[in-house]
Amino acid sequence: MSTVSSPTRPARVARGRPAGARLQDWLPRLVLSPSIAISLFFVYGFMIWTFVLSLTNSRMLPSYDFVGFAQYARLMTNERWWVAATNLGIFGGLFVVICLGLGLLLAILLDQRIRQEGALRTLYLYPMALSFIVTGVVWKWLLNPGLGIQAMVRGWGFEDFTFNWLTDPDMAIYTLVIAAVWQASGFVMALFLAGLRGIDDSIIKAAQLDGASLPRIYWRVVIPCLRPVVFSAVMILSHIAIKSFDLVVALTGGGPGYATDLPATFMYTHAFTRAQIGLGSASAILMLGGVLAILIPYLYSELRSRKHG
Amino acid sequence: MDNVIRRRTPAARLARALLLTVLILAALFYLMPLVVMLLTSVKPLEEIRAGSLLALPMNPTFSPWVKAWGEACTGMRCDGVSVYFFNSIAIVIPAVLISTTVGALNGYALTKWRFKGSELVFALMLFGCFIPFQVVLLPMAQTLGWLGLASSRAGLVLVHVIFGIAFTTLFFRNFYVAIPNELVSAAKLDGAGFFRIFWRILLPVSAPIIVVSVIWQFTQIWNDFLFGVAFSAHDTQPVTVALNNLVNTSTGVREYNVDMAAAMIAALPTLVVYVLAGKYFVRGLTAGSVKG
Amino acid sequence: MAALEIQNVCKDFGSERVLKDVSLSIDSGQFLILVGPSGCGKSTLMNAIAGLEPVTSGSISIAGDDVTWHTPADRDIAMVFQSYALYPSMTVRQNISFGLEMRKVPKAEREAAVERVADLLQISQLLERKPSQLSGGQRQRVAMGRALAREPKVYLFDEPLSNLDAKLRVEMRTEIKKLHQRLGTTIVYVTHDQIEAMTLADCIAVMRDGKILQLGSPDEVYNNPVDMFVAGFMGSPSMNFINATLEKQGEQYHVRIATPGQDDLVLPWPASREQPEMSEWVGKAVVLGLRPEHFSEEDVRLGDAAEGTLFNASITVVEPTGAEILIQLPLGDKEVTARVGPKCKVAAGETLALRVDMGMGVLFDPDSERRLA
Repeated sequence: MSTVSSPTRPARVARGRPAGARLQDWLPRLVLSPSIAISLFFVYGFMIWTFVLSLTNSRMLPSYDFVGFAQYARLMTNERWWVAATNLGIFGGLFVVICLGLGLLLAILLDQRIRQEGALRTLYLYPMALSFIVTGVVWKWLLNPGLGIQAMVRGWGFEDFTFNWLTDPDMAIYTLVIAAVWQASGFVMALFLAGLRGIDDSIIKAAQLDGASLPRIYWRVVIPCLRPVVFSAVMILSHIAIKSFDLVVALTGGGPGYATDLPATFMYTHAFTRAQIGLGSASAILMLGGVLAILIPYLYSELRSRKHG
Repeated sequence: MDNVIRRRTPAARLARALLLTVLILAALFYLMPLVVMLLTSVKPLEEIRAGSLLALPMNPTFSPWVKAWGEACTGMRCDGVSVYFFNSIAIVIPAVLISTTVGALNGYALTKWRFKGSELVFALMLFGCFIPFQVVLLPMAQTLGWLGLASSRAGLVLVHVIFGIAFTTLFFRNFYVAIPNELVSAAKLDGAGFFRIFWRILLPVSAPIIVVSVIWQFTQIWNDFLFGVAFSAHDTQPVTVALNNLVNTSTGVREYNVDMAAAMIAALPTLVVYVLAGKYFVRGLTAGSVKG
Repeated sequence: MAALEIQNVCKDFGSERVLKDVSLSIDSGQFLILVGPSGCGKSTLMNAIAGLEPVTSGSISIAGDDVTWHTPADRDIAMVFQSYALYPSMTVRQNISFGLEMRKVPKAEREAAVERVADLLQISQLLERKPSQLSGGQRQRVAMGRALAREPKVYLFDEPLSNLDAKLRVEMRTEIKKLHQRLGTTIVYVTHDQIEAMTLADCIAVMRDGKILQLGSPDEVYNNPVDMFVAGFMGSPSMNFINATLEKQGEQYHVRIATPGQDDLVLPWPASREQPEMSEWVGKAVVLGLRPEHFSEEDVRLGDAAEGTLFNASITVVEPTGAEILIQLPLGDKEVTARVGPKCKVAAGETLALRVDMGMGVLFDPDSERRLA
């Protein structure tokens, strides 16, 4: 018969599990260990390594003569670095804002029961499948004053039309914005569209019953619901902006002069072609700092919302 | 926003027409570069110099494609982008397969065999998705040298696997997290072990995420330029690097049609993947970037 | 020899102890139900028995073998999961035979076992389907078939019916009962549904906060609850707890219930249910537990032959359920629920003569909530 058995404690069971069971316990860790090792060495180890290099006076080859933060001091007085950093501010800021605006607009327009939605979505998004090199090559051709858009519009009879940003040191940075927006805004549209589709339909129905007009519903009800999407999109876009390297190389080559240098190209040029490994490392570490400055608040809010959600 | 009764007023119709116009204009904006690229690539040079960007070719020719594929000069050599196209293929295939396999096993171990610290391990690996790769370039170059893999395709495969694992692990982890743990419990009670459960229970239902991971890795690695330019030599460089060299080769006459044909060649594989599996491509983008 | 014996099992998740010194044992062929509110530790206990969660201390033996540190596969148990956990990529046939295949049972025997359970559960026509092509009830059967095919020493059922709709749940409940009677299997069954517990079990363990509060037959648990929690948890509608005072006149104990605006109701406590310690509670506040069925409408045909005390109740709510009528009335400082026959003519706002049968009433300590008598 079933009874609550007497409270006499039996001799404590030996903690040993059969060998097979022990192996099963360790297999997951064993399977993960190469990846963990790779991550520790190739990500974290390399970050430290680069940081160490940034404290040395390495030029052509890595040397380990430490000069403290001298390379960072050099960077701070390096005009080209400031051009690159300012460019990143202009490029990144415009790129993020325009992508968000355009992406949101297209997503909302596409959300109006458009019959050809599938085809349009495909068209908006395909640039994201291309390499930034291809994007750069194409836009370089389009923006070429002699044969590109400028020539085409002049050919239509607008003889005074000028669109020579690619060769104008003051305007060249904006050509990067155009090409990058062309490539990434469709993706932002897809993010927003997914967000719109994820909104509980009954909220919108309730707003309609309350008598709100469609634009008002979007402005007051729908867009506020998209806050998390905006957050993710900003995060991804700024990440793309900071990493932008291939686009600059292919579209402007950093020029005219170094007018369109970005930190990513600055780092590459100094570390690999101008034999300034120390300076290049310092700029890489600053880039990492930039990414972390965006990432940490993002992850923090993400974790917080998950705990509260 | 379905099932809504809308008023059919003239104003509403006008709004609707306006809406469609904006959408179509936007489509033209996205489409134009591809169209121009395609048109230019089949025009003879004289037509390009004389005519307008969007003019249809009067004497379409495929010779730019042929030249781009087999004869165009990329830096020092003049045998087209075909060699580099195959370099890219030789790099992409092993790198995609290895990183997807490792990512699948990682995701499985992290979700279905949780242990103390498994969340920390995941966070640790996830960080690899976010670092700017400039921060690993110099040490990587030196390490590849030590491993005897400098400027080799194997070296590039290694680099892409290393930095791809973070993404593939993320994909599989997020996919497997949604699969009920009870399935694994049931299989344990049935007597299956770690690998058997993976092979017989998890893998047969993983097709969608495998497709996502393969497509993501394929496009990422195919489109890579930074690692390609930093870690390859003339004979091992991937097609993106070759394309850039071809376009920026300053010797001789600029052959825009050949440039565009080469760009098309470099873009075609990922475009084809996008057209064939766009749904999975989008899912990869959103999973890879929005996560969780 | 017990089919399953659990001794002093504790389980910690981090610093939280979710199983607190749990001990129980059941004989071969018994049907044990673990019941309790969510978070009471019943599923954790189930997982500990299955070997899916290692215990922090204590021991578990199955058929006399200590299996505390055995892998789930080595314990010779089968489990039916709440979500059924059917392998989505396999057909029903493969699902059922997978466990046998893993144990390297020859193919012919596997086939025979599949046919046997398919017949038993009437799922022969479903064998080539995938789980996604099955209805909820069919999945449930397949999940049971998968467990039955292995003929393990102990079956574990983890809330197997909670994903079914109400009608199917009742059908499957009967089916499980029939299977158990027919096959004589040893079953541990987790549920939060006390009706399932009452109808299926040979033995019920009521759990709360990681402890077994009471282990006993359904009748014991229902009629002799050890405390107010068990009393309130088992039975629907649940037991009424009425604040009262215990009194003694001569040798006779009484329970006095003061209802505002009404005369006090004084109920004699049956001599057969007297407990020695009741004398310490005379004049003190107690809680009287009365189930709805301990009330009944006055039956004029019985007249004075009827047991229990008669009183006039002013009815506030009437809820006919078809088979019976539930009524609410103020008694003590709260409203209580009583159950009367379906033919009873009563409406809210009326007064009804009700009889209280104290033969099954229970008394609790209002502070510790332990049972007094």
